[in-house]
Amino acid sequence: MRKISLDKLDLLFAKIAENQSLYIPSDSVEGAKFTKWTNGTALTNELNTVRGIKDFFFPQSEDLMKFKMQGKNIEVIDIRDEHEDFVIFGARACDVRAMTVLDNVFLHAEPVDTYYKNRREHGIIMSLACTRPVETCFCGTFGIDAANPEGDIVCHKTDDALYMNAVSEKGTALLDSLSDITEDADTKAVDEQKALIKERMTKLPLAELTTDAFGGGKTEKFFDSPEWAKLSESCLGCGTCTFVCPTCQCYDIRDFKTNDGVVRYRCWDSCMYSQFTRMAHGNNRNSQKERFRQRFMHKLVYYPENNNGMFSCVGCGRCLAKCPIRMNIVKVMKALEGTDNGSN
Amino acid sequence: MAQINETLIPVVGVITDVRIDTPDIKTFRVVTPDGKKPFDHRPGQCAMLSVPGVGEAMFSITSSPTNTEFMEFSIKKCGCVTEWLHSAEVGQMITVRGPYGNPFPVDDVFAGHDMLFIAGGVGLAPLRSVINYCRHYRDKYGRIDIVYGSRSKDDLLDYKEIIEEWQTDENVHVHLTIDREQEGWDGHVGFVPNYVKELGFDTNKMAVLCGPPIMIKFTLQGLMDIGFDKTQIYTTLELRMKCGVGKCGRCNVGAKYVCKDGPVFRCDELDELPDEY
Repeated sequence: MRKISLDKLDLLFAKIAENQSLYIPSDSVEGAKFTKWTNGTALTNELNTVRGIKDFFFPQSEDLMKFKMQGKNIEVIDIRDEHEDFVIFGARACDVRAMTVLDNVFLHAEPVDTYYKNRREHGIIMSLACTRPVETCFCGTFGIDAANPEGDIVCHKTDDALYMNAVSEKGTALLDSLSDITEDADTKAVDEQKALIKERMTKLPLAELTTDAFGGGKTEKFFDSPEWAKLSESCLGCGTCTFVCPTCQCYDIRDFKTNDGVVRYRCWDSCMYSQFTRMAHGNNRNSQKERFRQRFMHKLVYYPENNNGMFSCVGCGRCLAKCPIRMNIVKVMKALEGTDNGSN
Repeated sequence: MAQINETLIPVVGVITDVRIDTPDIKTFRVVTPDGKKPFDHRPGQCAMLSVPGVGEAMFSITSSPTNTEFMEFSIKKCGCVTEWLHSAEVGQMITVRGPYGNPFPVDDVFAGHDMLFIAGGVGLAPLRSVINYCRHYRDKYGRIDIVYGSRSKDDLLDYKEIIEEWQTDENVHVHLTIDREQEGWDGHVGFVPNYVKELGFDTNKMAVLCGPPIMIKFTLQGLMDIGFDKTQIYTTLELRMKCGVGKCGRCNVGAKYVCKDGPVFRCDELDELPDEY
């Protein structure tokens, strides 16, 4: 384990940014967001960013290919370039786990999504333990340890120093390159902090929430629950929950006409939108109730069924904070659990 | 052009023939610019066709895999991409990617069996691939019955091929029906589900079913009424798709993705899915 005193944090950032782009959570008028570090970019005091780190690997919009069109002729142009190397500093445990959720879809389920893979291979994640979890946090529900996040380099920030522990090959290489400005450290301060975080996690209002009722094979149990109608009654279908969600991965593919051809791009989409499944002969999810149900059934039942029980929620709490009608996955879980009376 | 090994990036296809089948269905023949079949496929698999600038959509490959020269798609005019295609002329380039999805189990489950194909309207498009595959490997299958219905005689897809080739084959029995009486039609009149029950097939065979959702529902019931088990009946589903590889989320029903885990399903497998297809 290495450490650097906090008053040298800018030196650390500068050193990392010498060889690759560095992004750190910084304040903006829109709230905290990952910002490319330049001299003077300050680390936010907010617990987490408005959006997770998904954007770095699966951006809201990305060009896939181009077409040159001439008369009846078409030429397909592969525009994929090797992505630049980059480092994300300060990713929280929930958001780092969210990458595993996305990896299962884009990397581990055939065929591999090469656009995602390209970014993933060139990104290094320096995660940061959460010393001040807030009342919307429930990562523990999904087995995530806020005191000990995943990532390439795991960081703990105490009152006077940043402690860094490399846990992957990429992380080790990066940390080695910082050896002349960091110093060896024992684990005492970090261990103390971990114990403190663990204690704080148990006192959170959602600490008791469990996934026991959910998982693969529960479709029949929950699909026709009367709760869906009640839960979705006020849903506006705005899709905010899906856009701030670090694990939502539905996308659209669209074409954009340019001066000399067509660019095909993909962009985030939402199963909450009425057009999402609409086709010429009808729509298999006509009502907002059906669309609402799809989102939560996917996170709590369908995804775990296909991914060895892992849930497609990381308890980051963003949907709790952002939904305009104050609906969220916690309310859904509690309502459905209530119907789980052991009859099945 | 460099070989592109990426599932979302298509290859270029050229339309070399356009056949007008019905007032709203045309069949397009597609090859690569150097005159080859774009890729190999199995009966029941699909391909993403696109017109850059207009959009991309999933279609069943209606030609049989035994046709190694070209690919054919029977397409009904019903949206942006299909309307554009219907206005396309021979020589027009489009893009193609695939094949996607699981095929019908023609070489194992179906082999050695009598076959019953039931189609409604443009639902014949995915079945034509299987029917012609079974006709090609004639010795591997027993008696073949084909029940095909449409709104009117003008709406029957592949009519020439049915009359001139399928009907003249030994041990292939074609049963056509149209929804309403029509001048010049002396064949059967009535809906497919009822016709299937009237024909009363023996149940020692495998059935393949495709058509509008309502027709599938009633025909499936009809087949079960005459003694078929759901494990003997296969169908192919159609939902909105964008990626074709089980990632974009559109065709997700239960834990399945129709593009990847389907589109071919055995009817008892459908019972395990929520009723959202």
